[in-house]
Amino acid sequence: MDVSQYLEIFIDETQEHLQNLNTQILELEQDTENMDTINEIFRAAHSLKGMAGTMGYKRMQNLTHDMENVFSEVRNGNIKVKANLIDVLFQCLDALEEYLDSIKETADEGTNDNEPLIKQLNEILTSKGEGGAPEEKQPAAPAEEKSAAPAAASSGDGEKWQEIPIGDSEASVIAQAQSQGMNVFGVTVYVQDTCILKAARAFLVFKAVEELGQILLSNPSAQDIEDEKFENDFSIVVITEKSLDDVIKACENVSEIQKAVGGAVNLDNAVAADSVKEEAEEVKETEKAEVPVEVSAAPAESAPAAKQEKKPAAAKPVVNRTVRVDIEKLDSLMNLVSELIIAKNSLVSITSNADLGHEDTAFNEQIEYLESVTTNLHESVMKVRMVPIESVLQKFPRMIRDLQKKLGKQMELYMTGEETELDRTVVDEIGDPLMHLLRNSADHGLESAEVRKERGKPAVGEIHLDAYQDGNNVIIEVSDDGNGIDVEAVKKKAIERNVITPEQAENMSDKEIVDLLFLPSFSTAKQVTDVSGRGVGLDVVKSKIEALSGEVSVKTKYGEGSTWTIRLPLTLAIIQALMVVVGDEKYAIALGSIETLEDITPQDIKLVENKEVINLRGSVIPLIRLDDVLQVPNKRENNGDLVVVIVKKGDKLAGLIVDELIGQQEIVIKSMGKFISKCKFISGATILGDGEVALILDANALI
Amino acid sequence: MDALKVNNKVQMNEDGYSEPVIVQFIVVKIGEEQYGINIKYIENIVRMQHITRVPQVPAYLKGVINLRGEVIPVMSLRLKMGLPEDVETKASRIIIIKMEQHGNIGLMVDEVKEVVNLEEDQIEKVSYGSRENSESFILGIGKYEGGLISLLDLNVTVLDRENV
Repeated sequence: MDVSQYLEIFIDETQEHLQNLNTQILELEQDTENMDTINEIFRAAHSLKGMAGTMGYKRMQNLTHDMENVFSEVRNGNIKVKANLIDVLFQCLDALEEYLDSIKETADEGTNDNEPLIKQLNEILTSKGEGGAPEEKQPAAPAEEKSAAPAAASSGDGEKWQEIPIGDSEASVIAQAQSQGMNVFGVTVYVQDTCILKAARAFLVFKAVEELGQILLSNPSAQDIEDEKFENDFSIVVITEKSLDDVIKACENVSEIQKAVGGAVNLDNAVAADSVKEEAEEVKETEKAEVPVEVSAAPAESAPAAKQEKKPAAAKPVVNRTVRVDIEKLDSLMNLVSELIIAKNSLVSITSNADLGHEDTAFNEQIEYLESVTTNLHESVMKVRMVPIESVLQKFPRMIRDLQKKLGKQMELYMTGEETELDRTVVDEIGDPLMHLLRNSADHGLESAEVRKERGKPAVGEIHLDAYQDGNNVIIEVSDDGNGIDVEAVKKKAIERNVITPEQAENMSDKEIVDLLFLPSFSTAKQVTDVSGRGVGLDVVKSKIEALSGEVSVKTKYGEGSTWTIRLPLTLAIIQALMVVVGDEKYAIALGSIETLEDITPQDIKLVENKEVINLRGSVIPLIRLDDVLQVPNKRENNGDLVVVIVKKGDKLAGLIVDELIGQQEIVIKSMGKFISKCKFISGATILGDGEVALILDANALI
Repeated sequence: MDALKVNNKVQMNEDGYSEPVIVQFIVVKIGEEQYGINIKYIENIVRMQHITRVPQVPAYLKGVINLRGEVIPVMSLRLKMGLPEDVETKASRIIIIKMEQHGNIGLMVDEVKEVVNLEEDQIEKVSYGSRENSESFILGIGKYEGGLISLLDLNVTVLDRENV
């Protein structure tokens, strides 16, 4: 079978499963007896094995097979989860990731058999398991679980259709159909273990059965089946004129279907089973409510029962209908929307210029309507491109755990705001800078346990990562309760490295000195470790974030910890901007960087160190005459009042003197290409309604 | 000269021409001189339009224009070659050149005259020795109907020295 066409799906899904495993194993480490987690891990390992097997990645399959065996034993309570097991599992995940990386690059899993890991897994199996051969144990496990299902106690082996919960309305339909002489069958269809497109097979089964009759019910629900939210079997209730054999044959005719079993639905039994089911559900409910107590003291019998019930119930709420879309398609959609907005802008500018009589109000109304539609369209497309930052943050708990072992420090990572959404392109890029900052906090920030004790801090250091939206920006903060930045040490180092002179150092504020850390090749770590301290950290963080039109700043207090703040724009393609005129040229200033607009008189301008400033409500703000900075050829003579746009960059403010304000406008950011990238005050260009190009001022670079 | 011949052959092969090798050039006028631009680099020829000035760039970069929704930088060939500043006339055009690595760029010319087909033997290569010394933007001279056409080396013309 040629599986190359599935390679992309395989890579995507494997990545998701691995990430899932990482998260779940971390959870398992915290709560070693959580059956939900163990089941989830088992399921993920099982899917991984299946997928790797179908794709012909034997080594990957072997490793996941052994992992699955271990979990099967854990699930059966034969192996207790211990620290060394978790360590081995993490190593397995790393090995799997290596396979995946290799597959990504060459479509081949490589030649590393990971013998030691497999050996370790087997040792765990034999030393603490009940000695059963893994091959026998593995297929036995799911069967055991099935028979443990409480409601199916009366049913024969594998006839899961009898467990389908039948509601009142369905029961009446069945009764009616039966009274009309129709047959009502319950059928359970088993899909082959090796099948990769289970949902597609299920769909074919549905289609085949629907030719014979009507499908009344399915378990799991049709939606879940479509989303592949089922293991290897699903059950349906079908109303048909045909015989049971016809239905089963129709099911089994679909390829990759292992078998189908079924029988006539007897309403009395079904309802009875259903009520048992309901009871079980109630039991589960109460169990759920008492989870903390339950988990620690779970009696061996009730645990599997609860587990069987919980799985479908827990899976449902997270299900969303989704489609995977190539990011390029989204980009082209975004471009089209941009074009539309430009066209809309030009219509708006035509109507505002043209002297339209009042009879044209209808026309104006339509223009306004168009405006609101394009704005909404833009927002929708933007939202489509937005992904939760979670995908990046997920890997950090694992990283901190590894660092903890490596550095021999105790630390705990607390994350909030994983659901905060950012443009896909930003999310892709933000991982590395965040990793740098976290490593920094773990390595330089947090002190060793002894020092922490001396300082009266808890032995376990805290690292917080908080993400939240603030207007048109997303803020990500990385903070620790560690050492903080030693300003004197930074100062000394800076002088040592000739970054600043001792005289300069005297006049610098603490904040300015701390900002030196963002300069290239500046590391204060006394020792270079392989975690951080090679001097390529913070400047990379800074340049990467600035490349995303964001900014990074730090607040610190020596001895108490530091907070790194990253501020990112929500989107990079279309922004709200203030249009201004300088000389006879138009410029756009991103609304996000504007603090206020002020009218000032020439008398308000004061000179400090020969630089123009104004005193605005108590704060002294430097002024920038844009016509000078931008070398505008036709400067206007203006001796009257001045218009000042106050822009901010972090805590810093500056006043930009412009000649005229045009107004707020939605603009589409266009790159100017590689030929004109040298002008640092310009961050891009945009096309105005009249087709003219206006440049976008980079307020950050001006300050 | 041998090195040149080899170079020549390779280039022609890349163009996918079979014998006899014919290259098409668009002939433009800059000042009093006629220049030829290899047609395969030309994306478009547009009339003069409003150019938005960009601050703090070399003078020969006149600014950017909007070409059907794309922002494209425009360069003055006159200023790049050290000639007096362009005087905009009805005949002035911007030739949009497509540079593989660097995207599109517009070149301002005084006039676009015609398209010519030049065979290999009508092109006289400029030797490398002379190119190193002077600020030369041409890779050869084309002889066509008695006139001479300087064939522009776009890599040298468009890209800055440090970028080449």
